[in-house]
Amino acid sequence: MPKDELKAGYKLIGTRPNRPDGLDKVTGRARYGADFSVPNMLWAAVVRSPHAHAKILKIDASKALALPGVKAVVTRADLPTGLSGEDLNLQDNTLAGDVALYDGHAVAAVAATSALIAQDAARLIEVEYEVLPHVIDVDDAMRMDAPVVQEGAADHTVPEGSPPNVARCLDFGHGDVEAGFAEADLVMENTYRTEATHQGYIEPHACVGQLGEDGKGEMWVCTQGHWYIRRMSAAVLGIEAAQLRVTPSEIGGGFGGKTTIFSEPIALALSRKAGGRPVKLVMSRAEVLRATGPTASASMDVKIGMKKDGTMTAASAVFRMQGGAFVGMSPVGEALSCAFACYNIPAIHHEGYEVLANRPKAAAYRAPGSPMAAFAVESLVDEMCRALGLDPIEVRLKNGAREGTKASYGPKYKQIGLVETLEAARAHPNYQVKLGPNQGRGVASGFWFNHGGETSVSVALGEDGTVTVSIGTPDIGGLRASVGLMTAETYGIPYEDVRVNVVETGALGVNEPTHGSRATFANGKALVEAANQTIKEMCKRAAKKWGIEPEAVEWADGAARPAGDNAGKFPPMTIGEIAAGMGASGGPIAGHHEVTMGGAGASFGTHVVDVEVDPETGRTTILRYLVVQDAGRAIHPAYVEGQYQGGAAQGIGWALNEEYVYGKDGRLQNPVFLDYRVPVASDLPMIDTVIVEVPNPGHPYGVRGVGETGITPPLPAVANAVAAATGARIRHLPLSPPKVLAAMKASRDG
Amino acid sequence: MVEVNLWSGLRRFTDGAQVVTVEASTVGEMLDALVKAHPGLEPFFADGVTVAIDGEVVTAQNDAPVTAESEVFLMQRLKGG
Repeated sequence: MPKDELKAGYKLIGTRPNRPDGLDKVTGRARYGADFSVPNMLWAAVVRSPHAHAKILKIDASKALALPGVKAVVTRADLPTGLSGEDLNLQDNTLAGDVALYDGHAVAAVAATSALIAQDAARLIEVEYEVLPHVIDVDDAMRMDAPVVQEGAADHTVPEGSPPNVARCLDFGHGDVEAGFAEADLVMENTYRTEATHQGYIEPHACVGQLGEDGKGEMWVCTQGHWYIRRMSAAVLGIEAAQLRVTPSEIGGGFGGKTTIFSEPIALALSRKAGGRPVKLVMSRAEVLRATGPTASASMDVKIGMKKDGTMTAASAVFRMQGGAFVGMSPVGEALSCAFACYNIPAIHHEGYEVLANRPKAAAYRAPGSPMAAFAVESLVDEMCRALGLDPIEVRLKNGAREGTKASYGPKYKQIGLVETLEAARAHPNYQVKLGPNQGRGVASGFWFNHGGETSVSVALGEDGTVTVSIGTPDIGGLRASVGLMTAETYGIPYEDVRVNVVETGALGVNEPTHGSRATFANGKALVEAANQTIKEMCKRAAKKWGIEPEAVEWADGAARPAGDNAGKFPPMTIGEIAAGMGASGGPIAGHHEVTMGGAGASFGTHVVDVEVDPETGRTTILRYLVVQDAGRAIHPAYVEGQYQGGAAQGIGWALNEEYVYGKDGRLQNPVFLDYRVPVASDLPMIDTVIVEVPNPGHPYGVRGVGETGITPPLPAVANAVAAATGARIRHLPLSPPKVLAAMKASRDG
Repeated sequence: MVEVNLWSGLRRFTDGAQVVTVEASTVGEMLDALVKAHPGLEPFFADGVTVAIDGEVVTAQNDAPVTAESEVFLMQRLKGG
């Protein structure tokens, strides 16, 4: 459903060719992080704190070092001192200093000639701890008398006299909120809570690192951003970034969790200590869950004023979010900025608190903060719609953000597609299905900013007229296919004539990771610039051969052509012909583009879900699920649909089952997939999708990122559906069967 | 002169003003001018700041142009997943 004034009628964009990595992945040829092996390689194992908070009094590695096959042991003493800010946080998380800050915090590591010897040696490393009081829950961490996670963590935003674990405060908004509430017919206020969840990527973190005494090194790693791996590892180890060459593997999921480092510098530090022998480090699932970044847990107060006709008059939010034991990891700012982004509300106030807790260092997770915010706001909107007897889609249409609306976070929106997603959801057959007993329908909308960022791309012509594109962001969700399609469209050549390579850090300028739903947007925009450089050069070569001015040559359908009859009558000169003679006509033809990219268009989506709740067990079954989202322009619609479905599946898991469960001792109780319950295929129906296309004017093909918004509406949509099915409103995720059963009983008992 | 909309938490460093004007032609010049006029803003900008110009959110683009006609909002730095 395209809705635009941009040039349409593309030959390739919007088609669904085979994915370029398909054969490698179905035959097992694709190389993931753990698949890299090099001669003379050692294996690493990491010793982790069994305590949520403890002083490290002594580390004795003598028994481990005496074990045959052990080549090196590293502790924090092997890392440089003098770091500050985020570099120090990264180093502190890589290997604990004087204090272990969470269950699973790395304390020491060993490299040996086999994985088994390394694991045995790790068990021989003796660590003496003094256990300290700990705090896990976000509201407990906000108490004045809470155990202090890190002394002096509060920044300049925190007023004196604040609770000791508050690291950052923020507030923003506009309009007269109190006057807005006074104008409302109904004002409702509730508190909503979500638990920490993990990105749950199937592929654990894995790398092979090699570093010599000369400070030159190499790393093969599963990551969303190898320049980040390079910069962060170099900072933690005190080496020069340019001396570390980082090559990304294929990636089996990241969702934001692989935009940073966790154990990668350990492999390099072990290698350096083992005389430069390469070291492989592969995390177990338990290590991934205990020691890599989940998202924050949240406690959120939301208040909204609404007139009887559904018009929203004012809103306020106070969010508390913990992002683990380190400053800067709680997405509270993002959450607040997204909270009311779907609405045109004249008066809004936001207030937020970043809180430290004895949990692993949080990482980004798909639209960081937005799913929690949506759960709070979209749940309350649903409660108010039910209280006033209003249709939830009509209320969203009445208040929905449009082009020119002042966004809740300040500026006016450009062209956006929220209203189109609401209209498409209302018109979809799923919205008309009649529901039976114990069944309920939930609706929610969601938002993500999207991002451009630092991007460097190059293109080069082969001698046969085929094109190689070099990109610096791993292909996590169809990037090679979408870049291939945009490249082929730009040149007017077959998709099969383009090869897109994800290249290492030595081959391009700096690239940010695949975060902020930026990969297809930013790489596509940059490659069009790079390709146009080569097209200009090819027109110049053709002009020279024809003896006319370069300006008299135009490019269309893969060939240079005279721009008009006045330019002369020459047959088209194809890309193949120009490339075949390029050595003699001036040399290789290549283009490149480097930029910090702007113009990422805001992303909106609306979800509709029908559930059935078993009144005897409290188990929720997803009957049907609809995702409607604005893609701007779907370059490869199958991948876009995949992103929509993937976001919905993860959001459903967050809503129904997933949570970090801690014991009273502060240890994670469910560090395996058997107990940390992500949805599996049999839990879900086929997720229906509708791609809305309101093109982004900031991209040559109208692209908006599509990776993140899809995880935002499921949390409230599912909760709203369960409330409709049971009559019991649950304001604390996940909606696990025991919790649903208890809420139903409480609702029945009045 | 460029009119800059600050987030409300910054008002205590700008004598209560949520909208301030500075002489600048780029985002970088604008941030420098803001710090010069209101030194209390410096640590906030050092943390990283996101700027929305005419509805377009930009991060770390100090060369982005701003004009007297631009709608400029400062936001705390955003991260993505």
